[in-house]
Amino acid sequence: MEKRVVFRSAWLPYALLAPQLAITVVFFFWPAAQAIWYSFQLQDAFGLSSQFVGLENFAILFGDENYLRSFRTTAIFSALVAGFGIVLSLLLAVMADRIVKGALAYKTVLIWPYAVAAAVAGVLWSFLFAPSIGIVTYVLKGLGIDWNWIINGNQAMLLVVIASVWKQISYNFLFFLAGLQSIPRSLIEAAAIDGAGPARRFWTIVLPLLSPTTFFLLVVNIVYAFFDTFGVIDATTQGGPAQATQILVYKVYHDGVKSADLGGSSAQSVILMIIVIALTAVQFRYIERKVQY
Amino acid sequence: MLRKRLVAVIAAALSVGSLPAAHAQTEIQWWHSMGGALGDQLNELAKKFNERQKEYKVVTVYKGSYPESMTAAIAAYRAGSAPHLLQVFEVGTATMMAARGAIVPVAKLMADAKEPFDPKAYLPVVTGYYSDVKGNMLSFPFNSSTVMFYINKDAFRKAGLPPVAPKTWKEFVAAAEKLKAAGQGCVYTTSWPSWMHIENFSAWHNVPIGTKQNGMGGFDTVFTINSPLHVRHVAMLGDLAKKGMFTYAGRTNQGDAKFSSGECAMFSGSTGAQAGIRRAAKFDWSINFIPYHDDVKGAPQNSIIGGASLWVMGGKKAEEYKGVARFLAFLSRTDVQVQWHTATGYVPITKTAYEATKQTGFYQKDPGAELAVLQLTNKPPTENSKGLRFGNFVQGREVIEEELEAVFAGKKDAQTALNDAVRRGNEILRRFETANK
Repeated sequence: MEKRVVFRSAWLPYALLAPQLAITVVFFFWPAAQAIWYSFQLQDAFGLSSQFVGLENFAILFGDENYLRSFRTTAIFSALVAGFGIVLSLLLAVMADRIVKGALAYKTVLIWPYAVAAAVAGVLWSFLFAPSIGIVTYVLKGLGIDWNWIINGNQAMLLVVIASVWKQISYNFLFFLAGLQSIPRSLIEAAAIDGAGPARRFWTIVLPLLSPTTFFLLVVNIVYAFFDTFGVIDATTQGGPAQATQILVYKVYHDGVKSADLGGSSAQSVILMIIVIALTAVQFRYIERKVQY
Repeated sequence: MLRKRLVAVIAAALSVGSLPAAHAQTEIQWWHSMGGALGDQLNELAKKFNERQKEYKVVTVYKGSYPESMTAAIAAYRAGSAPHLLQVFEVGTATMMAARGAIVPVAKLMADAKEPFDPKAYLPVVTGYYSDVKGNMLSFPFNSSTVMFYINKDAFRKAGLPPVAPKTWKEFVAAAEKLKAAGQGCVYTTSWPSWMHIENFSAWHNVPIGTKQNGMGGFDTVFTINSPLHVRHVAMLGDLAKKGMFTYAGRTNQGDAKFSSGECAMFSGSTGAQAGIRRAAKFDWSINFIPYHDDVKGAPQNSIIGGASLWVMGGKKAEEYKGVARFLAFLSRTDVQVQWHTATGYVPITKTAYEATKQTGFYQKDPGAELAVLQLTNKPPTENSKGLRFGNFVQGREVIEEELEAVFAGKKDAQTALNDAVRRGNEILRRFETANK
């Protein structure tokens, strides 16, 4: 028999929802509405005068090669961060899952980076890779590699990807480990008895059973790469050199806060909002269908 | 993120609640960007003023870097809680100036409060930077610097060169080649690339950065930094970078450390870099005029200032403005100016302060401090060397930096990069012009 709880009161369910709704409205809908409003305006820095310019802010953006380049940068950056983040943490989780001795120590160390703030992670890695004084730079120099991400865009990209992935691996690792531990031992043992090696067992049993976790992590990681990597980028490259690491969210901040171009910045956040809505919709609609629960 | 914001809101609410009850003194809020030793010196000024009189109390608040404190003040103005005084860096001048209503011109403030104030007391290159076309001083010059050229004399000797700084870029290239050949890892680096190699470069060679007197004559200005001379100079830098004789360090003062650690043999950076070099350098070094191209007529002209000025924000009470005026009058005093100049390494900005410092014999001990003044006043400033005033130049300068980076990385040739810088920079100028009609 189906269990159902029915509210008899007309207002109680709304009252219970109200706090959450209030937060959503104040912190999400209200700023979003303001962004949309500002995206049609051209204002001076101090907000002394403001004129309605219709879609001009958007027109300027799409005529700006740098903005279009920022799209490409974001796509590359997110793909690298999500890709490496998921693959590496899956590898680590599979390894950690097999270990018998000192498993707790390994797991603790692997989860550690998650406790580090994004800005701190950025500073940490930029010290290691600092063009004149970094330890890694020193080693690379010994290998004959000229490392200077201050001017080399690809190296700068590599640096922010490494820092961002490093920070996110712990999170992914936790989910994969939990996923691995929820796979029934009997399934794997049965396969082993049938003669399947570790690799075969991984591809045919473990990976398909992990697909809900992987899908979830894919969504989370892409959102992470889009938004939460701001701290890493601000602490290291600040979008440079020559905008090589200027991802969309950083450009929103840069144009709005640093350059005081509120209209252009708001237009960008509106576009970003649309992208994220679309991306999430696509992910749930198409990719989720292929996932086996 | 959300939780952090909530905590901040609650903390702010609590601190407002616990503020002490009404002051008898009138408080004057001063937001600034002087960290470390410079911040101590600034606080010293406020303390002295507060001790001298009891009517007003200047409260200093450190608001982070120059762009950060400017952003904070803009946000505060929008929320109706701007400070009385705000330290704004030189590139923010046009943005502040355009904000009529948000600011009170210093000349007007001093006249209203009947405090003595003579713009002619300041070095012309300083007055020019912070005055409107009619010569009215809009903001109060506070800390001014300029760009200088430093060499590591030991590295020069090691390369078999006389330990004398090259005067021209031709001599510079010759010295760079010798240094490179002698195995010098980093031959030359710079801090503030746009400030040094575009802005000061233009003034030093008496060529315009933009039309309308470098933007001072109106917002309808366009950049002119893709002239043959600019292209030639940037191409030269690109070439030096390619040959390993110019190591790019970054957009701000990252070059300072590369020089003071002994890594780079030659370096261009702010006068303000001296203090750090003096502390860290374990080698013999000298401070010099920046090089020039000797085939350019009229070069060298004079260099332009960097640093910051104090802006008086609008919408405050008349009584408070009296206090601000009194404080600015205090800051103009020669003894205060001399103390600030000698303690911080910033340029003396009034003529009397310069003369007074000279008489103390300070420059015999520290010739570098005087060299900056001499370079700034090398010749009477022209339209091209008075300074610059471009709308939203925080953004404009970044565009220039980006295009320079593209040249130094070998991705663009100098002509293309500077054409792009002009085109992109002009778009920013037009947008600013429309927004500030």
